[in-house]
Amino acid sequence: MVRKILLPFTSLKLTIVCFAFAMLLVFFGTIEQVHLGIYGAQKKYFDSFFVFWTIPGTIRHIPVLPGGYLLGGVTLLNLLAAQAVRFKFSWKKSGIYFLHLGVILLLLGQLFTSLFAKEAQMRLDEGQTKNYSESFTEKELVLTDTSDSKSDHVVSIPEGLLTSRAPITHPSLPFRVEVSQYFRNSTAVAKDQVSSPNIPRLEVGPMAVLVPIALATTSEQPNMPSAEVKIITPEQTQTFILSERLRSPKTFTVDGKTWHIDLRARRFYKPFSIKLNDFTHKIYAGTDIPKDFSSRVSISDPATGEKRDALIYMNHPLRYEGNTYYQLAFDNNDTTSILQVVRNPSWLLPYIACTLVGLGLLVQFSIHLVNFSRKRRTA
Amino acid sequence: MKRWLPHLLLAIGILIAVAALRPPKNTDEFHRTEFGKLPVLVGGRVKPMDTLARTSLLAISGKQIVRNGKETTLALNWLMDTLMRPERSDQLPVFSITNPDVRDLFGWRDDAKKMFSFADLKSNLGKIEEQSALASKMEAAQRTPYQREILKLRERLLLYLRLKNAIQMEDSPDFGRELADFKNILAPGLAAMDAEKAGTPLTDDQRVAFAKLLDFAQRHQRLAQAAYVSAIPRTPGDATAHDWQHIGEALISVIQGGEIAPAVQNYASLISAYRAEKPAEFNTILAKQTALISHDYAAATRKIGFETFFNQVQPFYLAMELYVLIFILAFVSWLVWPEEIGRGAYWLLWLTFAIHTFGLIARMWLQGRPPVTNLYSSAIFVGWGAVLLCLILEKINRNAIASVVAAAMGFVTLLIAHHLSVDGDTMEMLRAVLDTNIWLATHVVVVTLGYSATFLAGFLATVFILRGVFTRSLDRPMLKSGATMVYGIVCFATLFSFVGTILGGIWADQSWGRFWGWDPKENGALLIVIWNALILHARWGGLIRERGLMVLAVAGNIVTSFSWFGVNMLGVGLHSYGFMDAAYKWLIGYDISQLILIAIALVPLKYWRSFSKKTAPALVAV
Repeated sequence: MVRKILLPFTSLKLTIVCFAFAMLLVFFGTIEQVHLGIYGAQKKYFDSFFVFWTIPGTIRHIPVLPGGYLLGGVTLLNLLAAQAVRFKFSWKKSGIYFLHLGVILLLLGQLFTSLFAKEAQMRLDEGQTKNYSESFTEKELVLTDTSDSKSDHVVSIPEGLLTSRAPITHPSLPFRVEVSQYFRNSTAVAKDQVSSPNIPRLEVGPMAVLVPIALATTSEQPNMPSAEVKIITPEQTQTFILSERLRSPKTFTVDGKTWHIDLRARRFYKPFSIKLNDFTHKIYAGTDIPKDFSSRVSISDPATGEKRDALIYMNHPLRYEGNTYYQLAFDNNDTTSILQVVRNPSWLLPYIACTLVGLGLLVQFSIHLVNFSRKRRTA
Repeated sequence: MKRWLPHLLLAIGILIAVAALRPPKNTDEFHRTEFGKLPVLVGGRVKPMDTLARTSLLAISGKQIVRNGKETTLALNWLMDTLMRPERSDQLPVFSITNPDVRDLFGWRDDAKKMFSFADLKSNLGKIEEQSALASKMEAAQRTPYQREILKLRERLLLYLRLKNAIQMEDSPDFGRELADFKNILAPGLAAMDAEKAGTPLTDDQRVAFAKLLDFAQRHQRLAQAAYVSAIPRTPGDATAHDWQHIGEALISVIQGGEIAPAVQNYASLISAYRAEKPAEFNTILAKQTALISHDYAAATRKIGFETFFNQVQPFYLAMELYVLIFILAFVSWLVWPEEIGRGAYWLLWLTFAIHTFGLIARMWLQGRPPVTNLYSSAIFVGWGAVLLCLILEKINRNAIASVVAAAMGFVTLLIAHHLSVDGDTMEMLRAVLDTNIWLATHVVVVTLGYSATFLAGFLATVFILRGVFTRSLDRPMLKSGATMVYGIVCFATLFSFVGTILGGIWADQSWGRFWGWDPKENGALLIVIWNALILHARWGGLIRERGLMVLAVAGNIVTSFSWFGVNMLGVGLHSYGFMDAAYKWLIGYDISQLILIAIALVPLKYWRSFSKKTAPALVAV
């Protein structure tokens, strides 16, 4: 019975169709990076079930290609079914089994990575200590109760709730939050530069306004959201204009307690902190070709009592507590180091997969080669 | 006679190779080749003047030699004039300007003239500066061809100016005299400076000396800022690259305390002797300078002699010539004397492969790096790998097919490499992110061999398709054995591109904490892997036979060309459109040619000349 259901999925023709679609997907997913950036293209093509195309001049989206999840899923099914139904061990085909097992693990590894891996950045000035990293793309609206002198009480509202503009309530908040305007990406311009009255805007100061702009495509220039937020209690309504670009946290008081409100990149807090001691940027003599970038940091972890220095440089990241910190960029005349922080729980899978695939290919082609030369000798 | 033909052919090849080994003769009494061996630090690497001459001239004029009417000037002679007698090199036509808009800007009417000298351009420098300031405000991707041309011209002029100011101020009437004057005013000038600091009033003499010293310092400060070439080793015994300085820096440091370095003094005397047309004096000082530098800086300069030799042999040009010869011979062997000429071509292929390998290893040793570090070296390596595989194939099947393919691929890849080399030194320093010999040696080498093999499968298929469609020389067994060959190479290509791509993933995980990032170059490699896997599965599933295999292998050429160059144009396109512009057209042209080839192959078999009914009886009769 199971065999009967699986049988159509074992077809080699299906494999070929999958490969052909994979070629198209990867090709267009690469080309589109020029417009969407790596991250945008990855979302649209690889971390999706279907790739949609907007018919020009309309707002209708039609699926034109299977996305990475669907294609990967079908390929995986195809592979598993073929292995399950056709599996009959023989030394002659041993390489093929290893190889396909490796491919299965590779596909699974990619799936887990896209589901569970987190990439963030940590921006450190020389001498600065931080116990959190920041998201490249996600934003949050944070409300901090600073009345307790020992610890802050933070409520974080993810961007998805901000764009929906629904009133937000939370048990820890003695007030209602309403986002009346939200620009996912924005810039500040002089008031008289905005020509059309139809462009939405938020006033900041007597001369400047914030206006929405196209969404960012590269991680070098991330989205800079702005919002108009109302804090509503039965007694009063306070309105704030917040902008990540202007780095403009505000404070207000409700029931005698002081609150901070801020719109910023989403933060991921860690139980340990990292301090940047020194950043160096070496170039080749007589050129401006970069030779090396390196950051000397100190890790300090109160939980484990670990306190040590580490050097992060090109092709040599720091691995600590499941996080990988590597040198991404620098800023402010070589006094600020930007580290990328990657957390990927399934990092080991590709290694196992690679070993299996490599071995499998080697064994199989060696068998082919031996057969071939034996045939030639007898011929 | 026929029996000795292969030996004769090999002997001719060896003669051609040996001729290239002949040391060059000086064109006059100046010991120019010796001057070419003086070390300088340029672009982060200590290299001989000879390399500086070749790469600079190539970058400025696109050629390795200057033609002025009937007169020709070698790169090294051109550099010597530029460094020491710029008023002479100013007259040489080294700037090629073909863009009609740029010519209009200068008000030139004569369309026949393509190459211009610095003297021709001198009156237009202001315009060039003004126009390139405007052009550089535009985003690189949005620049018009005219704007790109202007910026390129400015860059070439800048390089030329920097060379003119490399070991002297270009407007210095006599650098030797200037240096002597400097020596004379140094002590009184410095004394005056101290007096000024102490607040004592200066005498008139002191004031003059002080002013002269300041003037000298300012002139050379400017010189040091424009520094491109560092010709002066800083302190004896220090061998690292950082210890070389520009002549301007060396002179400024004298003011801060110290003596004029003997190397600076020697350069000044060399310039004086060169300008005064005194070869004997020039040669004596040159010998002194060579002895000084090679004695005190032995470690930094130990590869200089070999690099000069490598430049002069030009193994890749030599190999290109021989590949053409092999291509013709192997092709002819399909028609006449297959045994003798075929063997001759095969032996020559080994010889040429040895030369190609020598060039590859020489570069590795000079750079201290694995073979592939940039696009230029990848082209050389792709060709090398393909020729190696062809030699194995030819050993198995002695029918000169692999020889033809080897010669074609060797030639084409070296030609591509040549066109990639016009940007400057091909042994440039590696950017920080690539600075790892382990991964360059494993991932890059393996994945590049994957390119080689995928291209090779496509080229082999091309030969079979063309022979089958247009000649009567193909028969069923040959097609079958050809398909086996292509299949074997596709297997090899799958192995290498898969393993290479995976190694790249591991590099990424080791260095950046992520295995796969959907970066264009990674995706390009993935496309090759999927395509090769598709071919293999289609064959195992019985969906394709010999012809289908050939067609898919040819399509593999398109995939590989995209991965090799196409993705670079995407990424690089945002930064330097100018260079890739021309390459883009070539890439599109190549891909179209492959599509045409596929269309030809899809013509029903009965219309192939080799299999059409009319010829079938003839085949049987044979």
